[in-house]
Amino acid sequence: MPMKRFFQRTSAFKPSPFQALLSYIVLGGWTFVVLFPIYWLVVTSFKLPSQVTNGPVYIPFVDFQPSLHAWQYIFVDVRNDTFRPYMNTVVVGLSSSVIALSLGAAAAYALVRFRYQPKLGLVGVFLFLVGLTVLAIAFGVPWWFAVVSALLLFFVAAITVGRRFERSLGNSDIAFWMISQRILPPVAVVIPIYVLFQQIGNVTGIKLLDTRTGLIIVYVAANLPIVVWLLRDYFLSIPIELEECAQIDGASTLRIFWSIVLPLAVPGLVATFLFILVFAWNEYLLALFLSSSQAQTMPLTVAAQNATRGPQWWYMSVLILIMIAPVIGMAIVLERYIARGLLIGAVKG
Amino acid sequence: MGSNAIFIWPAVIVLLFFSIFPLIVSLWLSFSRLKFVKGGVEVINVGLANYHRLLLGSEQGRLLGVMETPALLGWFLSGALVASQIYFLYRYVRGGPWRIFGLLMRMLLACFIILLGWLTVSTVFSAGRPGAVVVTMTYVFVGIALQYFIGLGLALLTGQPLRGRRFFRVVFLLPMMITPVGVAFMFRMLTDTVVGPFSPLWKAIGLGGYSWVNNPWGARAAVIIGDVWQWTPFMFIILLAAIEGQPQEPVEAAIVDGASRWQIFRHITLPAILPVSTALVLIRMIEAFKIIDLPNVLTNGGPGTATESLTLSAFVFWRTLDIGGSAAIAYCLLILVTILAVAFVNLVRQRTTEAV
Repeated sequence: MPMKRFFQRTSAFKPSPFQALLSYIVLGGWTFVVLFPIYWLVVTSFKLPSQVTNGPVYIPFVDFQPSLHAWQYIFVDVRNDTFRPYMNTVVVGLSSSVIALSLGAAAAYALVRFRYQPKLGLVGVFLFLVGLTVLAIAFGVPWWFAVVSALLLFFVAAITVGRRFERSLGNSDIAFWMISQRILPPVAVVIPIYVLFQQIGNVTGIKLLDTRTGLIIVYVAANLPIVVWLLRDYFLSIPIELEECAQIDGASTLRIFWSIVLPLAVPGLVATFLFILVFAWNEYLLALFLSSSQAQTMPLTVAAQNATRGPQWWYMSVLILIMIAPVIGMAIVLERYIARGLLIGAVKG
Repeated sequence: MGSNAIFIWPAVIVLLFFSIFPLIVSLWLSFSRLKFVKGGVEVINVGLANYHRLLLGSEQGRLLGVMETPALLGWFLSGALVASQIYFLYRYVRGGPWRIFGLLMRMLLACFIILLGWLTVSTVFSAGRPGAVVVTMTYVFVGIALQYFIGLGLALLTGQPLRGRRFFRVVFLLPMMITPVGVAFMFRMLTDTVVGPFSPLWKAIGLGGYSWVNNPWGARAAVIIGDVWQWTPFMFIILLAAIEGQPQEPVEAAIVDGASRWQIFRHITLPAILPVSTALVLIRMIEAFKIIDLPNVLTNGGPGTATESLTLSAFVFWRTLDIGGSAAIAYCLLILVTILAVAFVNLVRQRTTEAV
């Protein structure tokens, strides 16, 4: 009866050998779909131009002789054109992720453990004044005058009118506001940021356009909502008793956060960090608007290859490979963290 | 209270400065025209002219597309859409206590969806051609549907006790890590019918030398395939974690009672992963509306403007220094995403999270 056993499950959870075979065929098929483009990238990077343009060859040493010329070109001949955007990507990606993670972790923790009750009226007054300031600057009032007078007006309003509005917002409103920032299409905010950076450069002399600093600031803002969203639920899953004990022993809030909460949240922090690092590493639109030559990041360099020299696929393959190698390495090592970290956010978020 | 405020203020300030403030400025820019003069810019208020130009005027073909009377299939589809919207409203009124505000909102949403549907039908299922709005929605909805079902299928298969599961999990995760610009280049190589790896195949079926990126729907399909390749892992990995995390007792009980695999999936697994599924669709919907890298690098927005997404249109306008038009497109995108996301949260997501 071997044939019949082939279609039978041995246990309730285990698929029968036949089902397992079918599963392996489908999974193997998708593995091919995933890996073939990457394989093609690797192979192309070892091809001579003639080996690409004369039609496809597939397997190195079998149907063509691999060559290191593209690697040599990228790493030796134009090493400055490769090295600078690469360093830009590393510096901008790492520092923006670290800053976003620290600001976001603090905010997420605060939203879980403390109660905030911003008065609805004050928020309204604040937004109204921001709008008024923008309008005033638009009509030619000097910017410093507008900002200072708006601040003064806000304080006057806060002391007198603000306290009369009794309705207040809660933590969940703040969290929703922060997370909903992700809905904003970056293209809607990037033009004013461009103009703002330009004006700051003109007025104060601090250069932000086409600098790493400028990109870091913008990436922090773009990634903060993700951090708050993922970490808020992670902190919720940490038992509060430990913190209460520490509080009785007289530890300050900052100290509790630093030496009790953060160490407990390491898995969540790692997942979140990797996630936003990949976002910053691969980010295209904001860099496209806000950097040109000095602060150019790798995605722009790769995309620009096409415009300047036509599709020279052997060079492009090398560039893409050195760009994806670090993140793919991290993904393989940290695969377990990613799934868990993201799931926690997705279920409750 | 005073010291606790330190925790949250930095994040609030960053978001205020780089989201709320630019948003207000952007709105104002969309009502104006910028002239670059020596040493700065001059801003001229033009009122609604930018929106008028995009929605009704000279740029209408680019943003909304060329509308023609739809073919028979188009009439049938729009009829079905209107009927389904009326059915949903009917079900809401019949389905228990209803409020006038809820009904009003649902009616407005139904009108909006019917308008979008009509726009799609009259540009796609007719002699016209779709503009950036319809193309973007095609990317979003077709892409998400494919990603979700492929991701779910793979997650169900990988969730079985098989040898080598960890290998599949890691491999299936990889595309998500690759920069979209790189994905675009990969798919340009793969879809090339002359020097790409599948060129013998194309020759065999008589398409050698045919550039399917020059065909509008072929180019759009290439963008969608690239997007599906990249983002299926996101669906896969979270659905897999959800499937593995579901309680085992009900499944065991069902097996003992002799339930079939389909019954187990339909009545136990599906309800368990429904909240995660709606969250995933929401997240992907929000992110997918921002698509720019793939069409820009893979097809350059072409042929013509056939693959242009809304964000790419905004970028092209910005590059030609038409900043008012660019901001106006960005606002159209913002309004579209916000309405669809809020509707999804209120009508779909709340129901699924309450049910469990």
